[in-house]
Amino acid sequence: MTALSPQFRQRLLSCAALVSFFLLWEVACLATGVSDLILPRPSQIAQVLWTKWPLLWPHTVQTLQTTLTGFALGVGIGIVIGVIIGSSKLAYDVAYPLLVGFSSIPKVAVVPIFVVWFGAGTVPAVLTSMVISIFPVVVNVATGLATTEPELEDVLRVLGAKKRDILWNVSLPRALPYLFASLKIAITLAFVGTVLAETVAANKGIGNVMIIASGNFDVPMVFAGLVILAVMGVMLYAVSALLESRLTGWAQRKDASSSVVMA
Amino acid sequence: MTEPFIELSNVTLQYGGGTLALAQTDLSIPQGDFVALVGPSGCGKSTILKLVAGLLKPSSGGVVVAKREVAMAGTAPSAAAVGAKSPVRVGLAFQNPTMLPWLTIRENVMIPLKIVEPFRQDWARKRKGEYAERADALLAQVGLKGFGDKRPWQLSGGMLQRASLCRALVHEPQLLLLDEPFGALDQFTREELWGILQTLWMKQRPTVLLVTHDLRESAFLANRIAVMSARPGRILEERAVPFDRPRTLETSYSPEFATLVQQLRMRIAHVRAPGDDDATSLAPSANGPLGAPA
Repeated sequence: MTALSPQFRQRLLSCAALVSFFLLWEVACLATGVSDLILPRPSQIAQVLWTKWPLLWPHTVQTLQTTLTGFALGVGIGIVIGVIIGSSKLAYDVAYPLLVGFSSIPKVAVVPIFVVWFGAGTVPAVLTSMVISIFPVVVNVATGLATTEPELEDVLRVLGAKKRDILWNVSLPRALPYLFASLKIAITLAFVGTVLAETVAANKGIGNVMIIASGNFDVPMVFAGLVILAVMGVMLYAVSALLESRLTGWAQRKDASSSVVMA
Repeated sequence: MTEPFIELSNVTLQYGGGTLALAQTDLSIPQGDFVALVGPSGCGKSTILKLVAGLLKPSSGGVVVAKREVAMAGTAPSAAAVGAKSPVRVGLAFQNPTMLPWLTIRENVMIPLKIVEPFRQDWARKRKGEYAERADALLAQVGLKGFGDKRPWQLSGGMLQRASLCRALVHEPQLLLLDEPFGALDQFTREELWGILQTLWMKQRPTVLLVTHDLRESAFLANRIAVMSARPGRILEERAVPFDRPRTLETSYSPEFATLVQQLRMRIAHVRAPGDDDATSLAPSANGPLGAPA
């Protein structure tokens, strides 16, 4: 057993935990004889996924597209607002209460407004996921910019650097880890926004499938939708985590400390 | 006497909170000189450095560098006061190496070449060739040959400080501002870097203003030592340092050297003494760094 690397052992244990979770679920359902109207067994869910896949696939694509569009828009707008707020103390102080105010509105509450404005369909879903993912990006980018060490800026200012030079060479790269940390939060939230809007006012998407299935008491189908959402969520999170480690590896130095050189 | 390169005339600086950092300070430094500012903790040494750098503006009085007003009382502090309005090239190094962690050591050293004219206009063309060689050559001189591709977090504090020195010198500044650059280093590294700095200074001959609380350091490196009073700071006394260059560690153990350091030490002990209430609060930090062999 000692031959296994700690990393491999950790992965193995994670997989084992996942498998035993579903096994336990299956066994518990069988043992208690609970109706699949209440809690379907994992095997039933898997069967639904397998047989209904041609039907579920377009909805999966729809949800994914909506989420990614809303996420991209939210991140884009979030970065712009974050840079504006973060690079000026005045803008930071003025806009912060406003932002906090907006962000504390429960996002469910804005869906009906979007529906009134744009009708039921894809647009409210995109907008909801956009609105929901803006705030963490703004706050993180602004914080990253606002907390740049003054000495780091001084070194450039003395060289005669303009504000733009400092922004490009110091502030923005320094804010990158903050941005990526927020992307992981934003992508998860964008999912919430999309599914939320789809359950309320859409005719496509996994959220819509789930709300219809629950209306028909097709509980295994509801759970199948849940599984699809979970898998998609994990995948998107993994993609942003991978991007983060690629682009801001310098901020996660602990992993590579073995190569530290001593004077 | 040659015309002064840096001139502070009757400069007073009061920080926003009301703290009077400098009171009627005069200081004049000719081109190519090496001046060390010493004084008790919190006496405004770094403030003078920031005034000369154009990072602060005085509350009254004037700061002139190379015949140009860096900052006059009443004018807005322009971010690029030194760099944009005048052709004076400035290099700056702090006690903290302030390396940008996302860049390699070589890229960090090359930052001034990316910002300062006339290097800036050739940046795209020369960054891979001439400029990189220039950075590597400097790194080799401070004992960091082959470390150009490392990241800052892979180097020790002493190595980062060497790199920081390279960054301050890579664009051959006419004015080099050093704010306790070796303050966080161990004695051996510090003494080695004194020698390196001296060599680089003798080669490039920039005007240097060094802020330090290490009296041996000031006596080893500077042509002149300006002793400052406790806050609000003023320059009490200027001492010429007569030792021949290049100075070596042996110089620093000669009786003349010891006498000079002791005199400086006594002078500062004296200015600290007159029962100022600051002394009690600053005592632990102020006693340590000033504790040069007396």
